[in-house]
Amino acid sequence: MIADKLVQEFKTVVGGENVWTDASDLHVYSYDAAVVDPVRPGLIVRPTTVEALGRTVRLCNDNGLPLTVRGAGTNLSGGTVPLPGGVVIVTNGLNTILEINEADMYAVVQPGVVTAKLAAAVEAKGLFYPPDPGSQAVSTIGGNVAENAGGLRGLKYGVTRDYVMGVSFFDVEGHLVKSGSRTVKCATGYNLTGLMVGSEGTLGVFSEIVLKLIPLPAHRRALMAVFDSLEKASETVAAIIADRIVPATLEFLDNFTIRAVEDFSKAGLPKEAAAMLLVELDGHPSQVEEDAARVESLCRAKGATSIRMAQDAAERDRVWAARRAALSALAQLKPTLVLEDATVPRSRIPDMVTAIQHIAERYDLTIGTFGHAGDGNLHPTILTDRRDRAEWERVEKAIDAIFDEALAMGGTLSGEHGTGIAKSRYLEKETSAGTILFSQRIKRAMDPNQILNPGKIIAVKE
Amino acid sequence: MEVLARLMRELEDQLVVCMKCGMCQSVCPVFDQTGREADVTRGKLALLSGLMESIFDDPEGVYARLNKCLLCGSCAANCPSGVDVQEIFLKARAILTGFMGLPPTKRLVLRGMLANPSLFDRLTEWGARFQRIFSRPVNDIIGTSCARVMSPLLQDRHFRPLAPVPFHRQVPSVDRPAGASGRKVAVFTGCLIDKLFPNIAHSTLKVMDHCGVGVFLPENQGCCGIPALSSGDLDTFHKLLDHNLSLFEAGEFDRLVTACATCTATIHEIWPRMAAKRQREAAARLARRTMDINQFLTAEVNYSPPADAPEIPRRVTYHDPCHLKKSLKVFSAPRDLVQATPGCRLAEMAESDWCCGMGGSFNLQHYAISKQIGTKKAAQIMDTRADVLATGCPACMIQISDMLSQAGAAVAVRHPVELVAEALDP
Repeated sequence: MIADKLVQEFKTVVGGENVWTDASDLHVYSYDAAVVDPVRPGLIVRPTTVEALGRTVRLCNDNGLPLTVRGAGTNLSGGTVPLPGGVVIVTNGLNTILEINEADMYAVVQPGVVTAKLAAAVEAKGLFYPPDPGSQAVSTIGGNVAENAGGLRGLKYGVTRDYVMGVSFFDVEGHLVKSGSRTVKCATGYNLTGLMVGSEGTLGVFSEIVLKLIPLPAHRRALMAVFDSLEKASETVAAIIADRIVPATLEFLDNFTIRAVEDFSKAGLPKEAAAMLLVELDGHPSQVEEDAARVESLCRAKGATSIRMAQDAAERDRVWAARRAALSALAQLKPTLVLEDATVPRSRIPDMVTAIQHIAERYDLTIGTFGHAGDGNLHPTILTDRRDRAEWERVEKAIDAIFDEALAMGGTLSGEHGTGIAKSRYLEKETSAGTILFSQRIKRAMDPNQILNPGKIIAVKE
Repeated sequence: MEVLARLMRELEDQLVVCMKCGMCQSVCPVFDQTGREADVTRGKLALLSGLMESIFDDPEGVYARLNKCLLCGSCAANCPSGVDVQEIFLKARAILTGFMGLPPTKRLVLRGMLANPSLFDRLTEWGARFQRIFSRPVNDIIGTSCARVMSPLLQDRHFRPLAPVPFHRQVPSVDRPAGASGRKVAVFTGCLIDKLFPNIAHSTLKVMDHCGVGVFLPENQGCCGIPALSSGDLDTFHKLLDHNLSLFEAGEFDRLVTACATCTATIHEIWPRMAAKRQREAAARLARRTMDINQFLTAEVNYSPPADAPEIPRRVTYHDPCHLKKSLKVFSAPRDLVQATPGCRLAEMAESDWCCGMGGSFNLQHYAISKQIGTKKAAQIMDTRADVLATGCPACMIQISDMLSQAGAAVAVRHPVELVAEALDP
């Protein structure tokens, strides 16, 4: 319980209508999109000015209250699940696009700006903000930066990290820290921006973010290729990359996912296909057309049973509708869906797909696999019912096994969902004891009272 | 707490379908205004699960938050997991209402008036006679009025007044055989059309006549029941269902049509699912034959205007009622009708399928939020520089009239069927 007097102080800072303490309001901030246990916070605060945000952080620190910053709560690793009795700072009241600079190609935004809204605003000016996480319709830029979110375009365009030119943030005492700049080059001070990207709210609280923009590609071309074996599909991925073609997206769907999508959307996908690749090329029209023709002939050479090249925007949308429907289609099959994002060097995709199949058999689980084949980031999606205890134990073992396989192949636990609480205990396996120690020291130096989203990424050590 | 948890368990299999992805945040008109998790479907479902699992104890708090919802169905239409939001919410409202009791004003309105169609009709007729004393006209083009003196109920609303004579007084019943088309429809009038917009009902009859479609319009029709259901009053809903089912079971027709998006969606989607066991079969039978009037005219009788129809040049923009677009997937038919009307040119507004913010009793309980949502809609309508806003739902027409009138706009508000009927004869 947070004392009434302290609640009053928060109200003074952000306004009475932006502080919530009812049991019902606390309950709805106890979870995010990850399959982890909910934890009930003690207070919800929704600042609507940057000044109020800074003073809220300070007030938490002064009173030793753990705080968790939350954008849209779409986190898939439990990073926005609060601490018991802690404070949740909701950032969606800070949702102004402060500037879109066409001459210098950058945007300045508040942390609560919704990713898709920024992307649309930027596109209206002929510019492009490429990171497109699956939750972009609701996710916030602050959350994307804090998690270093990815998306479908990683192969060619990289991830959120590659577009953050600078961040301003409040340290735990409420001091405003500025890093980076609006210039392409910037060599002053520590690279605090680099440290803050992906820090999951454990080191500071973003107040403003400067993002790099690029010109909007003039032309796009999508194609869909169907294969009767997994090997042929993954060899095609390798062949495309080896041919020095860099598609904007190169997505993979396995047989289970194809069948689920077809049952769900009746889009006319071949249910007997072992795998499908969806490719989109973008850039200068002549280059795109030339690359598209090469991709088509590579698919054919590697034994694709059918290839469909989208002829217009409507057909392109139909190609991508199949990919977009993947998660929905799988989600309809069972109550609980565990979406993993273990990532391997892309040449190991065939091995990883095979390994996931073996894991599904070994633990007698239903796993659909789809994802970003082009950048090695697959989404093995385990379908289960969390109420079935025995099966849930096997799910946990399967997750461990997936992580082990990914690490053995030189990969990472998470391509784009973050460490959060779901993966913190595996982090040492991927890195080293020294890495954990170093990270803990940074954390302790910047947050001596351990109030900034403690327990995320690394376990709290006294 | 245990009792309530046990009652809520009826919803368990439907509640676990939500995977908490949060995509509903992108389409919820209420959340768009407030940014509060308890206002969006993911939050509401979590609250219901919380009660079911006895994680916390705040049924009043949950009830209040559950009712802060337009029931527009935008979330369900956009839900990756296919959560049956409408059914969960309606059942949960019924469970919580049963657990805590219906508030006295709602009891009076729903059980005292709505459940008894002829009494409800008489009371609104008295209201129509007295409304001029309390209100004065404010916008001639839209046809709105506002309160003469400060009123806690009306606030600063610009409302469409009750018709001096409701439709059922002008045309108590019709039973006209099929004409050239060989088709015959039953017409379910709907309370708002009967009492506020009788011209929509007249237009419906006129257009059916033009298309050679016979009409069965039984006397003493009741409300479709959605106000009762959304207040968790299953008893009144079942009573109204009995009343309406027996009226329509008696007629012979191939389709039941309504010009009200909400009535159509309620009859088509909700009657069969929320009917009492004894009613389920008849409700399902009727639901299968129920169709929106725009869809009927375009898909089933191939409406076209007469060759000598007068051409009135007008720029028309169309608002998609949630219950047509999201519940019934009807969105091209009304546009086709507008475009088939001589002189009408369609100018699309931005976000035409974003909810207008009406939501029935939501507008009464949460007028401030309803108005914020509607103000945005009015601005988007005015941006099209249209002369006419057309929409297939009288509830949307009330809200949009209010918002346009308060914005001082000169945009007439019409049902597509009214536009069609205007072209039929001078």
